[in-house]
Amino acid sequence: MKKPQVSQLADNTVDDPTRPVELILGGNDFTSITATVSDIVLERKTPRAWYLAFFATAGLTGVLFLMIAWLFIRGVGVWGLNNPVGWAWDITNFVFWVGIGHAGTLISAILFLLRQKWRTSINRFAEAMTIFAVVCAGIFPGIHVGRVWVVYWLFPLPNNQAMWPNFRSPLLWDVFAVGTYMTVSLLFWYTGMVPDLATLRDRSKTRIQQAVYGFLALGWRNSHRHWHRYEKAYLLLAGLATPLVLSVHSVVSFDFATSQIPGWHTAIFPPYFVAGAVFSGFAMVGTILIPARKWFGLEQIITKHHLENMNKIILATGSMVGFAYATEFFIAWYSGNPNESFAFINRAFGPYAWAYWTMVTCNVITPQLFWVKKLRTNLAVMWIMYIFVNIGMWFERFVIIVTSLSRDFLPSSWAYFRPTPVDILTFVGSFGLFFTLVLLFIRFLPMIAMAEVKTVMPIADAHSGERRSVGDYHGDIPAHIRDGGDRK
Amino acid sequence: MSATKATGGLYALLTEFESPAQFMHGCERVRDAGFKHWDAHSPFPVHGMDDAMGIRGTRLPWLVLVGGLSGLSLGVLMQWWMNAVDYPYMISGKPMFGLPAAVPVIFELTVLLSAFACFFGMWGLNGMPRLSHPLLAHDRFRRASQDRFYIVIEARDPRFETEKTRAFLASLGGSVVDEVRESVEG
Repeated sequence: MKKPQVSQLADNTVDDPTRPVELILGGNDFTSITATVSDIVLERKTPRAWYLAFFATAGLTGVLFLMIAWLFIRGVGVWGLNNPVGWAWDITNFVFWVGIGHAGTLISAILFLLRQKWRTSINRFAEAMTIFAVVCAGIFPGIHVGRVWVVYWLFPLPNNQAMWPNFRSPLLWDVFAVGTYMTVSLLFWYTGMVPDLATLRDRSKTRIQQAVYGFLALGWRNSHRHWHRYEKAYLLLAGLATPLVLSVHSVVSFDFATSQIPGWHTAIFPPYFVAGAVFSGFAMVGTILIPARKWFGLEQIITKHHLENMNKIILATGSMVGFAYATEFFIAWYSGNPNESFAFINRAFGPYAWAYWTMVTCNVITPQLFWVKKLRTNLAVMWIMYIFVNIGMWFERFVIIVTSLSRDFLPSSWAYFRPTPVDILTFVGSFGLFFTLVLLFIRFLPMIAMAEVKTVMPIADAHSGERRSVGDYHGDIPAHIRDGGDRK
Repeated sequence: MSATKATGGLYALLTEFESPAQFMHGCERVRDAGFKHWDAHSPFPVHGMDDAMGIRGTRLPWLVLVGGLSGLSLGVLMQWWMNAVDYPYMISGKPMFGLPAAVPVIFELTVLLSAFACFFGMWGLNGMPRLSHPLLAHDRFRRASQDRFYIVIEARDPRFETEKTRAFLASLGGSVVDEVRESVEG
């Protein structure tokens, strides 16, 4: 069969099972990859747009802290909580942000164990996003407790009452799950970044750059005796992070599933929450990645093939979420429990029907467009879709939490929840914090895992020259790059 | 920052390669020549180098196992002692200590301590952080983190003889052989 010729700069989303997909386009070699990624941090002048964006997001972060200060001064009454609805936007935002983080760990750990080479172009970015999302998530349970001055009671610390926390409560499991998740994600992210920090150290132009990156790189010398342990550690951390990420949103779902509220007390919650978390996380990665790759000229490294793969995962997890919605309804009917049936009819047709159908539209219906290859490889379409998913997944958490609480067992205590401006500004402010951290990351740290990208380039294979006699795998690579050693 | 002022004793000789294939074949020859104190440096882990260099397995996984078992025991003992021994109190008729309710925290502590063992164990076994090293003061070597591959034979190796080793390194097919000097504290 005649091989279709695919241009180096063009479309690598064409499916051709006879050839390995080219993950890095544009005839790049080790030198050009290093320069492309590290120049963003070391050489390029900070774009004016960056300053504008930074001041905007820093301003929103200021709003977040003002709202938190107001909350501390006045108490949780500044939120729209009422008697049956004791949890609303605070916990919705917590679950939303924790979920966003899951994509990073999925990309960095699970896809690593599954040997998905395409992950190398996007894993650093996604892991950074995980950490920033968990930072945003951690704020909400911390500030919603009412008496913030005793927030340390969350942890098993000796205190003046000689009491210990109740380990039989899922809320305490949450403290351990999210705390461990944050810590392990940070260790994993930093471990992966050390070789790239060494690259930045070695390309530094100023004393300050050299001192800071040199300190952060821990004296990394790219020694193979070190790489040997490093790769083992990376594999072990990936193996540890994989069950961890599945456990985090499972434990978050236990906050609801182990209670007796109709609509919460269901066994499907852990897998359903995890699928939803991955779904929303990929959407958030894409939301930031599409503009970032354009502005920083990274289209040859983060190619359409990468984005298409992400969209396939969004399609798969979105369909799982849709299936879970349907299963919940089926079980509500099949259980024969009138409270459970009512909770679900109320969800879809009660006072929050508008939120429910927003959720279904954004999470179940629109992602199905990704079945069409033309649409899932179109940048504008996918970006709009990511925004839809972000909106839909926030509403999913809102619908689960608020509809069940606002109409529980006793009709005389039913009430409708309305957010106050403080609720809204706190949520908007958390986006400010998230994007501030993203902007700082883009400006000061290597946003692509250079060392890892180099390993998936065909020229990285020490046997690439010999293999050509077996099958012409790499015949499309320019000769001077393929046989790098012959170039003088 | 630069090696220009370095006037210390000879630390090592290095040779530079441009392609992973030549680099790996070079390593095989250094290994077979019987050197002990030598190393290979590359911008990314080259697949198959453990064999080419004769590196034996690391004991890191055992450290991680110890970390994991510590986390597991800590999780069981902490929950049992705090809720059933030191300050028992009844919540919704649940047992003071029951394994099912204890599993999430046990699991999280197992993962947490394993990850700590893995992270600190790896850097510890690698002798890091070590911010000052003769190789880091060598100008050419800065490309080891970018796009070049280096084999370094240290002067303290029993088989090291400056001129012979220099000729040996030159025979490996690299582009250049260079001296690395011990850094001198000013």
